[in-house]
Amino acid sequence: MRHQRPHRFLLSSWPLRCWAYVCGGLPLGLAVLLAMLVLVASGLLLSALGIGLALLTAAALFGLPVGRLERRRLRLVEPTAPPLANPHRPLKNPGLRARLRTRCGERATWRELGYTWLLALLFSTAGLGMTLLLLFALILITSPLTVWALAPEAVMIIPGQAVPHPLAALPFTAAGLLALALLAYLAGLLAGAQVRTAHFLLAPREDPLTRHVVELTRSRARLADAFEAERRRIERDLHDGAQQQLVALTMTLGLAEMELGDGNPAAAELLARGRGEARRALDQLRDLVRGIHPQVLTDHGLAAAVTEVALRHPVPVTVDIDLPHRLPEAVETTAYFTITEALTNAAKHSEATEVSVTGGLTSERLTLKITDDGRGGADPARGTGLTGLADRLAILRGRLTVSSPAGGPTELTVEVPCSA
Amino acid sequence: MLRVVLAEDAVLLRAGLVELLTRGGHEVVAAVGDAPSLIRAVEAERPDAVITDVRMPPDFRDEGLKAALELRARHGSLPVLVLSQYVATAYATQLLTGDGAGLSGLGYLLKDRVGEVADFLTTLRRVAAGETVIDPEVVRVLLTRRTEPLTRLTPREREVLALMAQGLNNHTIAHRLTVTEASVVKHASNIFTKLALDPTEGNRRVLAVLAHLRGAPEAGPGS
Repeated sequence: MRHQRPHRFLLSSWPLRCWAYVCGGLPLGLAVLLAMLVLVASGLLLSALGIGLALLTAAALFGLPVGRLERRRLRLVEPTAPPLANPHRPLKNPGLRARLRTRCGERATWRELGYTWLLALLFSTAGLGMTLLLLFALILITSPLTVWALAPEAVMIIPGQAVPHPLAALPFTAAGLLALALLAYLAGLLAGAQVRTAHFLLAPREDPLTRHVVELTRSRARLADAFEAERRRIERDLHDGAQQQLVALTMTLGLAEMELGDGNPAAAELLARGRGEARRALDQLRDLVRGIHPQVLTDHGLAAAVTEVALRHPVPVTVDIDLPHRLPEAVETTAYFTITEALTNAAKHSEATEVSVTGGLTSERLTLKITDDGRGGADPARGTGLTGLADRLAILRGRLTVSSPAGGPTELTVEVPCSA
Repeated sequence: MLRVVLAEDAVLLRAGLVELLTRGGHEVVAAVGDAPSLIRAVEAERPDAVITDVRMPPDFRDEGLKAALELRARHGSLPVLVLSQYVATAYATQLLTGDGAGLSGLGYLLKDRVGEVADFLTTLRRVAAGETVIDPEVVRVLLTRRTEPLTRLTPREREVLALMAQGLNNHTIAHRLTVTEASVVKHASNIFTKLALDPTEGNRRVLAVLAHLRGAPEAGPGS
């Protein structure tokens, strides 16, 4: 409800909205009351039969449609507020039985049932009172007309005192208008109370624990992102700094060799050795940088980056990753490091002779399979680095499943939603 | 003497390369530090060859390579030598399978090769003369691919292919492998047959290399 200046409130659409809302409680409340009474009574009467239980269950779940209707009816008095969300959990399994079990186990269902009784008993009464008072106010306002229309019949507004002529009824009109104004405010108060009740009972409740989990997940995602940004920064610094310096060094040594010509074979020998050492340092640095952040992943995407890793792998790896387009950055990075970790494990522990990596995108879900023909028995809990990757995947609402029976083969499946 | 436009964002390296090229008897008509300047410099100077880094400002991704491809699309015959920090074959593939500007006069060299001054200058001359040169290290990585039909090649044929991929002619390959030139020709024709390369299709030697490169994954759209 808004706080406005009194006359502004009276001249706006708000009184009408509040009246409609409060008075609407009467027919609705009565209908609900009737339905509930019928359901409960017949349920109790027929409880000996199986159908009685079904009727009682229906009574218990009657709050669901009522709640839905009432959440919608709030728009009358909250036209600009966002509509209340459905407090119920999405159903995991199809079927009536699963549905009943889920709904009966939810607190939201019982809160809605409570609201239903409130609507049936309290709000319907409020609606009835408001409707009668409004009718009374309207009778007062229109009293001059009534007097005029019913003349020469005597009209008594105050018992025992006939109103002589229409104009004499004008004070009653004034009283009626005043009553109407007061009723507008009363309706505002009642509507406010009902809206608050509806919010309290019909809106989803954030379980503090859920909120905590969401917050934790977010902070983990933030950490992972920060970590990734840091990796990139280090990669950039190494690329722009140490790598360029070393390249320049090999170049200078090369130029020195050129200057020296054949004049001093011993010195030329040393220069060549220096150049070789610088090159080896460069190679090592290149491998290091690639491990920190593979630029080819940024530039060419997952399939190219994985192929590149496969080419350097001690065990033969076949790569078949077919993606119609680039994936979100976080997905690519996580998928890439998961695959490299799996390949490293296959090379280290499994004595595999062949590894295959397949991947594809179906309905915006990335599915990757890494299979090796090793001896199996891989245990993700043994701290193979896969646990951390499963965590990273979980942040992206993805999944990592490991199947590794003793004797092999080991199969890792990665599934990540990619709705970018 | 070649008129060269050089693009390299690291100042130290740019200066070093200018010195190296000048000593090698070439003229660096423009030395720039980012991709847009590279394109402007080429349009202004019309050099004999372009040497460019892959990764340059503003985004530090593959702007240098993209600029090179754009220049090739505009001036089909412009020789371009790409210097790269990456062994990753995807970049070489990107360069060689770029906008159908033919395959002559392309080079993909790892940056550390600039230390081998004489080799580097030779490579530049060969690229400017219309040959295609791919860094031996990249070729080596490519040749470890265990994909069909490469698996059908004998080790010797693979050696020959690796040298061919570096743009060497039969005579030089024969010299390197200490075999007769005739046997190199025989190996080469075996390779072409095994890779099912049509002799009417341009430069079969480069096509042989491309056969592997094409096996490498392409960058998807939007990359």
